[in-house]
Amino acid sequence: MQRIGVFVCHCGTNIAATVDVKKVAETLGKEPGVVIAQDYQYMCSESGQNLVKDAIKEHNLTGIVICSCSPRMHENTFRKAAAAAGLNPYLVEIANIREQCSWIHKDIADATEKAVILGRAAIAKVHLNAPLTAGESPVVKKALVIGGGIAGIQTALDIAEAGFDVDIVEKNPTIGGKMAQIDKTFPTLDCAACILTPKMVEASQNERITIRSFSEVTDVKGFVGNFTVTIKKKARYVDETKCTGCGLCTEKCPMKKVPNEFNMGLDNRSAVYIPFAQAVPKVATIDPNYCMMLKTGKCGVCSKVCSAGAINYKQQDELIEEKYGAIIVATGFNPIKLDKYDEFAYGQCPDVVTSLELERLMNAAGPNGGTLLRPSDKSHPHTIVFVQCVGSRCDDSKGKPYCSKICCMYTAKHAMLIREKYPDTEVYVFYIDVRTPGKNFDEFYRRAVEQYNVHYIKGMVGKVTPKSDGKIDVQASDLLANEQLHIDADMVVLAAAIEPDKTARPLATMLTTQMDTNDFFTEAHPKLRPVESATAGIFLSGACQGPKDIPETVAQASAAAAKAIGLLCKNSITCNPCVAHSDELMCNGCSSCEKVCPYGAITYIDKEFRMPDRTTKVRRVASVNPAVCQGCGACTVACPSGAMDLNGFSNSQIMAEVDAICK
Amino acid sequence: MQVNDNKDFQPLIVAFCCNWCSYAGADLSGTNRLNYPANVKIIRVPCSCRVNPMFILRAFQRGADGVILCGCHPGDCHYTSGNYFTRRRMTLLFSMLDFLGIERDRTRVEWVSAAEGAKFAATMNEFTEAVRKLGPNRRLEDLRCRKQ
Repeated sequence: MQRIGVFVCHCGTNIAATVDVKKVAETLGKEPGVVIAQDYQYMCSESGQNLVKDAIKEHNLTGIVICSCSPRMHENTFRKAAAAAGLNPYLVEIANIREQCSWIHKDIADATEKAVILGRAAIAKVHLNAPLTAGESPVVKKALVIGGGIAGIQTALDIAEAGFDVDIVEKNPTIGGKMAQIDKTFPTLDCAACILTPKMVEASQNERITIRSFSEVTDVKGFVGNFTVTIKKKARYVDETKCTGCGLCTEKCPMKKVPNEFNMGLDNRSAVYIPFAQAVPKVATIDPNYCMMLKTGKCGVCSKVCSAGAINYKQQDELIEEKYGAIIVATGFNPIKLDKYDEFAYGQCPDVVTSLELERLMNAAGPNGGTLLRPSDKSHPHTIVFVQCVGSRCDDSKGKPYCSKICCMYTAKHAMLIREKYPDTEVYVFYIDVRTPGKNFDEFYRRAVEQYNVHYIKGMVGKVTPKSDGKIDVQASDLLANEQLHIDADMVVLAAAIEPDKTARPLATMLTTQMDTNDFFTEAHPKLRPVESATAGIFLSGACQGPKDIPETVAQASAAAAKAIGLLCKNSITCNPCVAHSDELMCNGCSSCEKVCPYGAITYIDKEFRMPDRTTKVRRVASVNPAVCQGCGACTVACPSGAMDLNGFSNSQIMAEVDAICK
Repeated sequence: MQVNDNKDFQPLIVAFCCNWCSYAGADLSGTNRLNYPANVKIIRVPCSCRVNPMFILRAFQRGADGVILCGCHPGDCHYTSGNYFTRRRMTLLFSMLDFLGIERDRTRVEWVSAAEGAKFAATMNEFTEAVRKLGPNRRLEDLRCRKQ
């Protein structure tokens, strides 16, 4: 006779507010086989777990049902608790009455009724649970970092420092990411390149780090500790091992009219190019969309001037398959496209620029060699207007609902730098709110206002109109003075919202990780597990998880590295015992299961059976290798004789759940 | 004029969700507090290909009014190819159920990734509404199993 314990969690008010937990416990207590049903404020807390452990010992329970949050959250917690009390951990079932009940339903009666049904299904299932023993699977002691910005570089350096091999996959020809494009960093105003490029070099020189630049992840298979990743190494038409990065090809290339992505399209580069002087790896790349040789077959100048013989017009994309134990996502962000914002005349007037474009305009390695000049006529701007929150904190579909977090600070930085270098230039900043939480951030902003006399005006810019004399009319409202303003500006700088990189969503699908509605990766727990994804073995680093400034990104990158190192340190991890098994008496050796198994876990063996007439007969039967089987259950459905079944999700268990729900 | 005769009918909907994508997607719609009707009861399976047609027949026999099966998007199955089996098996099963008088709108296969909480909620709202319009399942329901 089964002796089942039911434990209903209030989760504070998360469950208790919409589900009558006392009633759930009381109703489930009357189910057949249930000997104890209790409710408690926080079942996952230590006292909650002790309650479960004590009940297991006291009532000699043969199975427990926890009505709480998703099994993806706390199944392991309760399995461990059960094991500590001497109950096989696989005799625990979770009824998900938070994510799939209390959080989505508003009506208390409905939610309570559903919680009871979900609890009943779990009880029906646990009646049929069998004790299982977990095996072990080895951990591949190597990590993959996807994205080579400051987040990816920091994570890779930390993991390498701990003594593990790391690969960085970067889709661009060089690592460095957005930080490489930035001129100065707030609030210390040190030069971004001066602090970033040594780290890039350190990463390239570390023998444990392999930088796979100009490459993309195209496929991810496997599971924690044992991922198989396919990486596409895109053809750069230059042999990386031969190229010395001398740059002669980029000088001699006749095709010089290619918009330079690194300078945000503000100047041009050649068809064969090195993104910037400190690029890592410092290797040329040929842009096939512009290269005359690749397009028409006539040119070949770069190949003639290259003394190293590195140019190879016949290079093809290459697929590389590698095994990793942990994957860290560091895909970063991009500023949003402003083509929907006609009112700011972006795209119509070259003197209306985004903040990242301004970074390049002010950078010593930028298009103007560090002198701030208007892109249209290369004249010195005397009045500059900054517009905050362009696309951030937006209710409509044009923008993003969230605060991009970094814009207030970098605008203060820009304003300060301009006033410092060109004291005759007037700077206006239009803002909704100025948000400067962070160490030394508010002091920095106040310095911009008080010491550098930047005009901060609370209000929105309504319209930006380019005028025929080259000036730009900025029409805005000053909310505090309650008046309309017209400013004759020479330049307008838009603080565009930031959004996750476009590659993030397809990647999330490959990694089976969660994303929020804005395409930021979702962390396993917003407060307590901020650098792990809900999928084991996948970690999050930097702005792919949410808007972040550089110090926060670096902190999170190191945290993600620490979590990955914790995994890589283990020699093996316990593997899932919920694998398929075949009932040899029922199996007729038809091979249906072998054909559908994606892992090749099923083989056939000849086995001797005693027949009823006391003779023996040798029959061919299926045998599952539990170390290879991943427990998908495809074979269980393919089996025509019903011999195949899956531990933990057996035919009878799922059928019992169906019955309980439909009762 | 009454447009919908079954406005008060509360259908019973069984949803099979694969552990890796759709169950996580369902969790995500909970985390984001996206509402969908309490009529939907989710059963967790490791992969959509674990769902034996027997389970669906059993659900209809026991009085379910609609059955929905959710899995990873084609090409993204955690087990590489499981959802392809699901797709083929369910195409056959649903056409057979249709032949038996279980309307096509009572059965559905939907691909929901772990990132698609909003899609999960929208699918469940839509599916519940479609089943509600059809009214109770009478074709396969075994009257001996009916609630007293």
